[in-house]
Amino acid sequence: MVKKMKNKKYEEITEKHKPNEHRGKNCLVAFLIGGLIGGLGEILIELYIMWFHISQSQASTYMIITLIFLACLCTALGFFDKWVTFARCGLLIPITGFAHSMQSASLEYKTEGLVYGIGSNAFKLAGTVIVYGVVSAWSFGMIRLLIGGGAV
Amino acid sequence: MTFKFNNVYLKEVATIAGPYEKKGPLGNLFDKTYKDLYCEETSWERAEVHLLNESMKKVLKKSNLTKEDIDLLIAGDLLNQISSSSYAAYDLGKPFLGIYNACATNTEALIIGSSLISSKYIKKCICSVSSHNMSSEKQFRNPTEYGAPKPKTATFTSTGGASAILTDEKTNIKIESGTIGKIMDLEQKDPLNMGAVMAPAAAETIYQHLTDTNRDPNYYDLILTGDLGLYGKEILIEYMKKEYKIDISNNYNDCGIMLYDLKKQKEILAGGSGPVCSALVLYTIVLEQMRQKNIKRVLMVATGALFNPNFVFQKENILSIAHAVSLEVI
Repeated sequence: MVKKMKNKKYEEITEKHKPNEHRGKNCLVAFLIGGLIGGLGEILIELYIMWFHISQSQASTYMIITLIFLACLCTALGFFDKWVTFARCGLLIPITGFAHSMQSASLEYKTEGLVYGIGSNAFKLAGTVIVYGVVSAWSFGMIRLLIGGGAV
Repeated sequence: MTFKFNNVYLKEVATIAGPYEKKGPLGNLFDKTYKDLYCEETSWERAEVHLLNESMKKVLKKSNLTKEDIDLLIAGDLLNQISSSSYAAYDLGKPFLGIYNACATNTEALIIGSSLISSKYIKKCICSVSSHNMSSEKQFRNPTEYGAPKPKTATFTSTGGASAILTDEKTNIKIESGTIGKIMDLEQKDPLNMGAVMAPAAAETIYQHLTDTNRDPNYYDLILTGDLGLYGKEILIEYMKKEYKIDISNNYNDCGIMLYDLKKQKEILAGGSGPVCSALVLYTIVLEQMRQKNIKRVLMVATGALFNPNFVFQKENILSIAHAVSLEVI
C-alpha cells in the first residue's frame, strides 16, 4: 500500500515535468505533407493516362510503383529519415512509408548478409502491416460476402 | 553500500567521440573525434569496437605505459552480450572483466577497479566504456534510416569510447569512495522517457551515499548524474526534495545535458545517454576543472536504465540502477 502511494506520488512528479508535444502542429504538418503525396499521386495518374493512353487502374498501379521507387531512392540516399522526423505520419502512412520501412531495414541489416540480414529483417517493420492488412482484408471480404452476397 | 578506498588514484584518461559529440560544447576537449559514424569501419558494431580500442591505446600512450604495466581490463557497453567490450579486450590481450549496468557501467567499472587496487590484488587497471548511437538504435529500437519520430523526453545515445587508468601510485586525483546502488522500480514503462525511469535510482544512491558518509550535499562542489536529460534532471531535484528532504539543486548537473548544445542540436531531444555519455563529460571538462583546482570534490552518479525490449513488450516495468563514485583533488 505504501509502495503504491509512493509510485503514485512519483507519477505526479513525472507528469509535471513532461513537456507538451506540439500535437496540433504535428497533425497539421502530417495532414499537409500527406495531402501533397496524395496530390502528387493523382497528378501522376492523370499524366500516365494522358501519356500512355492506359486505363485508370493501370495508371494507379504505375503511380504506386513510381512513389515506391522515389521513397526507396530517398531512403537509400540517406535523407528520407530526416523528412520522416519532420513530417511524421504525413510520410509514414502513404505507400512511401511502407517502402521506406522495408528499405531502411534492408539497408540496416545488409552488414549481416543476404540471408540472415536482409532476408530475415526486411519485413521487421512492414511485417505487421502485411499480417494485419491480410487479416482485415479477409475479415471485411467475409463480411461483404455474408451480408451483400459478394456482389459489387 | 559505501566503500572508502585507500590509495586509489586516477592516472590518465582518454576520450574518443563521434560527430554529434564533436559539435557539442566539449568538442575540442576530446582526444580524437570522428566526422563519420562508421569511424573507418564497415558496420556500426565494428565502429563501436574501434572507438573502444582506440581509447585504450590512447590512454596507454598518454600515461607512458605499455600493456605489460596493466593488470586488468574492466569494460562494458550496451550491445547484447557486451560484445564490443569483448572484441576490444581481445585486442588488448589482458585479463578482462566484462560488466553490464547499462549507462551506470562506467562507475561500476571504477568501483570494481578501485576495490581491487585498494585491497592490493592489482596495481593498475583500465576501466573502459563505449556506446554507439547507431548500434544501439539498431538493437533497441528501429532501423537507423527509419527516422521514427520521438517525443521530447527521449534521449540520444552518445557515440564514443572512454578509458581511464586507475593506479596505486599517487596522482592529484583520488578515487575517494564509491557507493553501489540497488535496483529501483517505480512502475515506469516508457523507453522514450528514460529520465523518469532512472531518477529514483539516482536519488536513492545519492541519499545512500550521503547517509553512509555522513555528508551534506554541499560537501561536494559538483554532483553529477549520468544521463537523466533535461526532464529527468527536473524530476530528480523535485523527487529528492519531496521524498528524501535533500536539496541538491545548488551544485547539481547532468552529463547528458552538458555533452551537447541542446538549443542548436535539436536531434538530441532531452539529452545524451549511453555508458560513454557520463564518461565523456567526467573525463574532459570535469577532470580539467579538477586539475585546475576550480572544483575539488565531485560525486559522479552514473544512472542506468536496465532496458530490454522484450520485457517492455511483455508489459514489464523498466528497472533502473545508479552507482556513485566520489573523486577528490589532493
